[in-house]
Amino acid sequence: MNIRKLIVFAGLSVSSFAASIAQGATELTLWHAMGGRNGEVVEILVDRFNQSQDEYRLTAVNKGGYEDTMTAGIAAFRARKAPHIIQVFDAGAATVINAKGAVYPVQDLLEDNGIAFDSNDYIPGVRHFYADSAGKMIGMPFNSSTPLLYFNKEALAKAGVTPPKTWEEFEQAAPKLKAAGYLALAQSHSPWIFSENFHSRHNLPMATGNNGYDSTDVKILYNNDALKMHWGKVKEWMDDGYYGYYGRAWGDNQDAFTKGQVAMWLGSSGSFGNLQKTADFEFGTTYLPYWSSLIEEPKSTFIGGAALFSFTGHDADEYKGIAEFYKFLTQAETQLLWHKETGYVAITNDAYSLAKESGYYQEAPDAEVGMLQLSLAGGEWTKGYRLGYYVQIRESLYKNYEKILSGQTSVDDAFNSIERESNKLLSRFNDTYN
Amino acid sequence: MEDAFGLSSEFVGLRNFTDVLEDPEYVSTVLFTLFFSVMVTLFSLSLALLLAVQVNEVLTGAGVYKTFLMWAYAIAPPAAGLVGSLLFSPLMGDLYNGINALGFDFNHTRDGSDAIFVVVLISVWKQLSINFIFFLSGLQGIPASVQEAARIDCPGSIKRFWTVTFPLLAPTTFFLLVINTTYAFFETFGVIDLTTRGGPAGSTTTLVYKIYQDGFLGADLGGSAAQSVILMLFVICLTIIQFRYVDKKVHY
Repeated sequence: MNIRKLIVFAGLSVSSFAASIAQGATELTLWHAMGGRNGEVVEILVDRFNQSQDEYRLTAVNKGGYEDTMTAGIAAFRARKAPHIIQVFDAGAATVINAKGAVYPVQDLLEDNGIAFDSNDYIPGVRHFYADSAGKMIGMPFNSSTPLLYFNKEALAKAGVTPPKTWEEFEQAAPKLKAAGYLALAQSHSPWIFSENFHSRHNLPMATGNNGYDSTDVKILYNNDALKMHWGKVKEWMDDGYYGYYGRAWGDNQDAFTKGQVAMWLGSSGSFGNLQKTADFEFGTTYLPYWSSLIEEPKSTFIGGAALFSFTGHDADEYKGIAEFYKFLTQAETQLLWHKETGYVAITNDAYSLAKESGYYQEAPDAEVGMLQLSLAGGEWTKGYRLGYYVQIRESLYKNYEKILSGQTSVDDAFNSIERESNKLLSRFNDTYN
Repeated sequence: MEDAFGLSSEFVGLRNFTDVLEDPEYVSTVLFTLFFSVMVTLFSLSLALLLAVQVNEVLTGAGVYKTFLMWAYAIAPPAAGLVGSLLFSPLMGDLYNGINALGFDFNHTRDGSDAIFVVVLISVWKQLSINFIFFLSGLQGIPASVQEAARIDCPGSIKRFWTVTFPLLAPTTFFLLVINTTYAFFETFGVIDLTTRGGPAGSTTTLVYKIYQDGFLGADLGGSAAQSVILMLFVICLTIIQFRYVDKKVHY
């Protein structure tokens, strides 16, 4: 690009920006926690929305991690400077939804602005998590992911094993992988994968009060034999050299997989895009394994990731803009782009059909695994959960699991203390929000 | 108790405080914070003093030594934490591999005491420079006539240090003691956040880090605020103790 072109280009972009200001486009902000490639894709979506119409200008701002984003959003709400749209993650949903009068439910927001909403347009796995117990959608599912097993094809071929469907099969395969010079397994989020989705996959309740959807006066049900058995096994695997733990950071465990130390890694369907960039070997994906001793027909997992929420207190024309953005976001083409570029699932049936028709899954069959897993038969306990102070409850899970792994405490003691700490937090939350 | 959005609040008397103080985790956090502060202060002060005394006696190339020893002063705690987390990364950390190569079974992501070692090491390293600068200027402020008289009266250099030099350095040492305690309590947050995040199993959670976890990550404002008040009282008491008892022993 020579200088003259550059000047013309700069002039044009300034004038187009000025034009949009001059026309009085309504400014909207979106706060999110998407980093890396996923953050770039958010920018692409926002640009497309801005180009698709000229009444609204949406600006996306990355506020750090999920917790930071939520805290920043809450602080901004208190200062009456809340963003129009904010991304809130699964564990924080209860905090936002239970604050009476803070959130404008997305279903109302759309219908008040003349946009029809039918939750049956969405794939089954995402219908319930961010809805109230009557099924009204409160947050717009945005980056919906589900835990998957990623496996290094070379490593499995070298050891002569197939990807395990059940944990029993994993126990058969692990010694062979060890003999081939690999740690068999690592995972990146033990509360999410080895607690929450463990319950969903085996159709077990996580908490009283319908997993917390019906009330805030609830008790945790983690202290059960199934989960204790599983963690007893994880500890054994670790002692036998089949399981690697690289600390609490998501990326450190993922790196162990991409560097070829670990043959299989439990991560998120949303890790797909980053893995394609970083792994220099062929990898595949399959469902989250289950214990055949606990359940014959394993159920679907529920979504993780986060949803978009809008707070109360903005102007009517701003809400109209927000509704327009949600409408744009749920269009099949937008969802397909998001799904392809990030690996997060497509949340509408139309987008899923479009993905199938476009032949995307022929070229990348692994990309469909998350969709298929979320579309498995659901059970009574596969909707998700709504538990207050869940961020701290996850902290307690992490802490006690680390104690199990380091041999500081027995499995029984660890789960007693998980139960005690979680119930104390839940009762504090109940007293705070009622 | 107030919800995070400030939409409803309820007066609950001292419940936030009793909830915090009854929590066995909180007690272990207090104990760790005290232990951590003592370790960081002790090691960073003694090492800095040793280095300062050595440099003070160097005649050739003293400037080079001083520059290198002061270098780390310019590093912010988060940067130090990041450097530390890379050096101790289980996948590629040179120090991590080095310690394991020496035959230790070292893994700070699993073992609490190893994690404590990591955060203490990085915090001490970060604080060493500023202590060194103060000690060196303190040493250079000792009059030459006093030095010479001591040299004649007391030929043993170690004995001379403890009977003459160290007492004369007392004001500097006391000042640094207060500064380092505050550093260990508050400013090490960045180091901890970037290396261990308070883990494994809460073994490196300081009081400040717990306030951050509960309030800023978990949106429990009541509990977090109660902890802040407790921490403030704690530091006030500590400073009073230092000024009442240690200050009496210092000759200005």
